[in-house]
Amino acid sequence: MIAFVLRRLASAVPTLFIVVTISFFLMRFAPGGPFNLERPLPPATMENLVRTYQLDQPLWRQYVTYITNAVTGDFGPSYIYKDNTVAELIGKGLPYSMELGFYALLLALIGGVTMGTVAALRQNSALDFSIMSLATVGTTVPNFVVGPVLTLIFAIALSWLPAGGWGDGSLRFLILPMIALALPQLAVFARLTRGSMIEALHADHIRTARAYGLPSRVVVVTHAMRGAMLPVVSYLAPCAAALLTGSAVVETIFTIPGVGRYFVLGAINRDYTLVMGTVILIAIFVIVFNLLVDILYGLLDPRVRHD
Amino acid sequence: MTPRILNLRAALLLGATLLASSPALAEAVLHRGNAGEPQTLDQAHTSINIEEFILKDLYEGLTVYDASGKIVPGAAETWDLSDDGLTYTFKLRADAKWSDGSPLTAEDFVFSYQRVEDPKTAAGYANILYPIKNAEKVNKGEVPPAELGVKAIDEKTLEVTLERPTPFFLELLAHQTALPVSKASVEKNGADFVKPGTMVSNGAFKLVSHVPNDNLVVEKNASYWDAANVKLDKVIFYPIDDQAASVRRFEAKEMDLVYNFSADQIDRLRGAYGDQVHVSPTLATYYYAFDTRQEPYSDVRVRQALSMAVDRDFLAKEIYSGSQIPAYSMVPSGIETYGEPSKADFGTMSQLDREDKAVALMKEAGYGEGGKPLNIEIRYNTNPNHERVATAVADMWKNTFGANVSLVNLDVSSHYAYLQEGGKFNVARAGWVADYADAENFLALSLSSNKTFNYGHYENPAFDDLMKKSYEETDPAARSKLMHEAEAMLMKDQPIAPFLTQADLWLVSGRVQGWHDNAANQHLSRFLSVSE
Repeated sequence: MIAFVLRRLASAVPTLFIVVTISFFLMRFAPGGPFNLERPLPPATMENLVRTYQLDQPLWRQYVTYITNAVTGDFGPSYIYKDNTVAELIGKGLPYSMELGFYALLLALIGGVTMGTVAALRQNSALDFSIMSLATVGTTVPNFVVGPVLTLIFAIALSWLPAGGWGDGSLRFLILPMIALALPQLAVFARLTRGSMIEALHADHIRTARAYGLPSRVVVVTHAMRGAMLPVVSYLAPCAAALLTGSAVVETIFTIPGVGRYFVLGAINRDYTLVMGTVILIAIFVIVFNLLVDILYGLLDPRVRHD
Repeated sequence: MTPRILNLRAALLLGATLLASSPALAEAVLHRGNAGEPQTLDQAHTSINIEEFILKDLYEGLTVYDASGKIVPGAAETWDLSDDGLTYTFKLRADAKWSDGSPLTAEDFVFSYQRVEDPKTAAGYANILYPIKNAEKVNKGEVPPAELGVKAIDEKTLEVTLERPTPFFLELLAHQTALPVSKASVEKNGADFVKPGTMVSNGAFKLVSHVPNDNLVVEKNASYWDAANVKLDKVIFYPIDDQAASVRRFEAKEMDLVYNFSADQIDRLRGAYGDQVHVSPTLATYYYAFDTRQEPYSDVRVRQALSMAVDRDFLAKEIYSGSQIPAYSMVPSGIETYGEPSKADFGTMSQLDREDKAVALMKEAGYGEGGKPLNIEIRYNTNPNHERVATAVADMWKNTFGANVSLVNLDVSSHYAYLQEGGKFNVARAGWVADYADAENFLALSLSSNKTFNYGHYENPAFDDLMKKSYEETDPAARSKLMHEAEAMLMKDQPIAPFLTQADLWLVSGRVQGWHDNAANQHLSRFLSVSE
């Protein structure tokens, strides 16, 4: 197992390197640069800026400099948020995104699995249909609609919850963004669970367990659930990586000070270093969660072995 | 038991004291929606007005805008201008101090201005101070920063020598780039001087905390010379870039001020909030530029015809719900030293008459129905409102001239990079927001020597000559007359077709006192107060 983990971690290094290289050069294909603003800068100013940020160097040298610095943990200054380095921006924003994302993930996972299981047990009943309709709504209605609607109802009409902001970080501030963030994922988990649970309930070992006269609760929770969780666990990796690194839409709608918006903002403003920083962050999260999920697989399904 | 009883007593006593003195303890807090995260709090790097609002609360330049947008003394109490118009002598206020209690000195201003012009600083708005002697040379690295024409005569006297007489120099000094930094703090802290806990400022407020994308808190600066008249204890800036989100937070009573919201909300918000909705014309022009290097746009008749056929009332009312005003001049109204701008002659005609004249002009030029085909590509930067304007304009040109109009949009960066690098085009959208309240700021865009901003490469020696004379003219009235002549020429030639004067949209809650709409869009928190 330890050898497996080490091997996977070692293979992450070239993966990261390729991701960084491709993004670095892709970014430079976009026309314009970080200093082409709506109000254009005079040539002398532009020259000074380009020189200060070493954007006048040949591209290969900029690339070498970036890689050498990145290895030592220096991800460069942000071209747009000039008072901060990329590491500072991500360092300040990430805890907010992760906290919100963690709650959203819990809500999506627990809510989705529970709803999916209930729907599978009552297959084709009215309850099943209502849960699956809700899931369809969850996946089809985008969160830039859900977010404002939640705010209109709970913040403006009823004045129960704040309309946005992080405030003191208490639950009141997190409830609405958490729901908006979790809803589409909750729907996915519910559908996945329902599908695999129906399949699992028809498996031979479940029939055997029932024939032995085991109580239904034990059959479902200890025997069927274990097999049914495999697809859910596979989806958990990309879902956790996406939720924990923040959502540009939800963070913008609810003015959450996370890192979700930096990728979009960075790309629009040609803030090369900020985009690279977020790409590396997301890549690391994806790699780590894929690894965790592979380990979880081994625990859930004895057929999967990591030698 | 005794300690617990004692504690209880102490708590009761404290509670009683708090209750008794609670009116004095009620903090006056202004919740200020600020339309986006500031990119920097460094006066040398700032470029946008959401930074300006914060920086001007934190720092005070030699001159400031008062609540109605007029230039008044700031850190400088008085000043003299030499007879040749070249040397300003500023007397700083004796009681002007930094937030750490140290005195604000003339040397701080010398240091600040040199820092802005030093090419190593790479200040985005270094050109704001180019009228100062040698500033441009310093900024281009041709002479050292010490050669800049600013000198500390004594601790409280600052002498500024200009390159040439600059009638709008006092306006420039009120720009956020001209705000001072504390020499001691910058030398000690380097780039970190902008951080909370480190920042030393000389304005009505001082920086307390800053969580990017969440809030920025400033509190009253007790060392400020006019602290007695500052009514707010605290201002919280909320950097909300989603316009709909900031309106929702205003409606949830979480914000007292909201800057910029979607124009299509004006009617609904007016219905719900009445005079809390402010639409204030500003010094900004929305225009289309024609590429005068190419046919048919090299023909003045074609440009005039295209410009006349655009129904500006429709754009202002239907697309911008009255949040913008039809414009027939490049310079907007509201500049004190300029007065009414020189408008294009078709400005006074009805739209029907304009269309008739436009068709005649286009026919004379030999394009459109019955002539050579008119294929026009409109370029604009991606934005829902710009798209609606382009679509409407395309429709007007199709209906009036039978033109084939296509639309191309790029994101802001690509759009302006293309134009600035001299890319060829037919018609391109552009906008200009004044850096300072002077007509020159708008007219200089069309100088043939202006390689960056003169997108359409308009070249008219007569226009250039009038502008050159205006720079040399020291009499304000004569200078204004020269610029009016230049603008009249520009409006006759129409290398640029101004469509709209933009307006700033504000939501100002009923609890805010001291608010005045002004064209310069200057709203220092020090002039505001809140009622409970």
